[in-house]
Amino acid sequence: MNTNTVKISSSNLNLYYGSNHALKDVNLELYTNKITAFIGPSGCGKSTYLKTLNRMNDLVPNVKIEGEVLLDGENIYDQRVDTTLLRKKIGMVFQQPNPFPMSIYDNVAYGPRIHGIKNKSELDDIVEKSLKGAALWEEVSSRLKKSALGLSGGQQQRLCIARALAVEPEVLLMDEPTSALDPISTLKIEDLMDELKEKYTVAIVTHNMQQATRIADHTAFFLVGEIVEYAPTTELFTVPKDKRTEDYITGRFG
Amino acid sequence: MQPKTYSIFSGHGSKSGIERAAEVIFTICGFFAVLAVASISLYMLISGTPALFKVGILDILFGSTWMPTAASPSFGILYVILTSIIGTAMAILIGVPVGVMTAVFLAEVAPPKLTKIVRPAVELLAGIPSVIYGLLGILVLNPLMYKLELKIFAGSTTHQFTGGANLISAVLVLSLMILPTVINISETALRSVPQHLRSASLALGGTQIQTIFHVVIPAAKSGIVTAVVLGTGRAIGEAMAISLVSGSSVNIPLPFNSVRFLTTAIVSEMSYSSGLHKQVLFTIGLILFAFIMIINISLNNILKKGDAQHD
Repeated sequence: MNTNTVKISSSNLNLYYGSNHALKDVNLELYTNKITAFIGPSGCGKSTYLKTLNRMNDLVPNVKIEGEVLLDGENIYDQRVDTTLLRKKIGMVFQQPNPFPMSIYDNVAYGPRIHGIKNKSELDDIVEKSLKGAALWEEVSSRLKKSALGLSGGQQQRLCIARALAVEPEVLLMDEPTSALDPISTLKIEDLMDELKEKYTVAIVTHNMQQATRIADHTAFFLVGEIVEYAPTTELFTVPKDKRTEDYITGRFG
Repeated sequence: MQPKTYSIFSGHGSKSGIERAAEVIFTICGFFAVLAVASISLYMLISGTPALFKVGILDILFGSTWMPTAASPSFGILYVILTSIIGTAMAILIGVPVGVMTAVFLAEVAPPKLTKIVRPAVELLAGIPSVIYGLLGILVLNPLMYKLELKIFAGSTTHQFTGGANLISAVLVLSLMILPTVINISETALRSVPQHLRSASLALGGTQIQTIFHVVIPAAKSGIVTAVVLGTGRAIGEAMAISLVSGSSVNIPLPFNSVRFLTTAIVSEMSYSSGLHKQVLFTIGLILFAFIMIINISLNNILKKGDAQHD
């Protein structure tokens, strides 16, 4: 699929933490069934931007957000938005694997349960499908009732992906999902992401530029709260238009 | 080459006198606590067991007639034991949900400004002497209970009127008294639940309330159980306040009966008892002591299990 359909678009998005202007006029479009990577030095606002997309920034005290983010044409900052519905549609995987201190099964079933699914066989199906979707089923199918905390870091992160998939989101936000993992686990998750974009729209924050080149269709380069450059990944890394992008990807700063 | 400045040998060996003295003092202090516990245990055993055998273990524990000063005295404390167990259990049933909900309010829901008012109030509650709780019970609870009693048992010929000094009053006072313990320990446990678990639940579309009940409280479970156990210990060991509001006569622990707890039995009779009667009171103390020990041991087991889970 080469045509780009817009799934999420943000226009003139500004975010302030108190008096700190953390995002400045961010205009960006995420395309359906594509992986978009956000790169940039620490503190450039890429994670902050990611969290504005499912309104997790609402939980930060003294935060002020201006502008709009359209999800399938609906502004997610509209007064009428129910954030629980929004977050059901836009799943998130965090930097540190954060499974709940309960069984593997209960972790994956958590989302469907809070959204009202009680039927045991239905839950069984969702759990199996989600774990398969996160390429974890083979490894854990025999110990679903064991604590999720007994899994390795890489497995825990794939469990968190499965947990996010279980509520059937349309968009998956990933905040440096492999930064706490070893290279082999990282590889597994990167392979997985390629499969995920078949069904989902994916946005990923990464510190690792090689990772962006390996997996992302589009890449946005953030610097002090602004998007310096946003282009198809190969273009951004081979013929960057902005001098600052070139400096960053060649390792001259950051 | 550096010149030799001073020798590292000293006249007093590897440690100075002050170091040694401090070690000795700390060791003595440590042993003092052990000594106190050991001697109390020993003393309770020595003074509490003779009556058990003189009267008969079954007669004491399962006898329901308490007439220690009659011509042919009877020392059955079944009702007293039952009162302590039922009274404590009911106080826990009321106090724990209220306490845990208050802790949830403080740790999860309350805006910081409100927390600043509620938390000092809870801490103050913990500092109020228990006799004051008793006075409050006499002033507020007992008259209320008496009105209820008059209504419920109007025209009854079998009910012995208590003036409101009954099991319910004692239970309510006890549940109020365990609140600070339950609230403080539960709140600490809730606050120690990592933020990323809350984020995970919210990011899945969970509401704040769902997150609290399905993630935060289960994650704080071992801390909350600790709170319940310590609350139980506080309730079962309390004497002063409930001796004022419970009427203190030995009866079946029914809501509107005047009742006597293990603790209040000792408090109210020790001053005039003698001989076997006095020995039985020590046996009551021993039973109370056994209850407290069981509670503490189960607490230790819970804490150990909690630690094992984290490994």
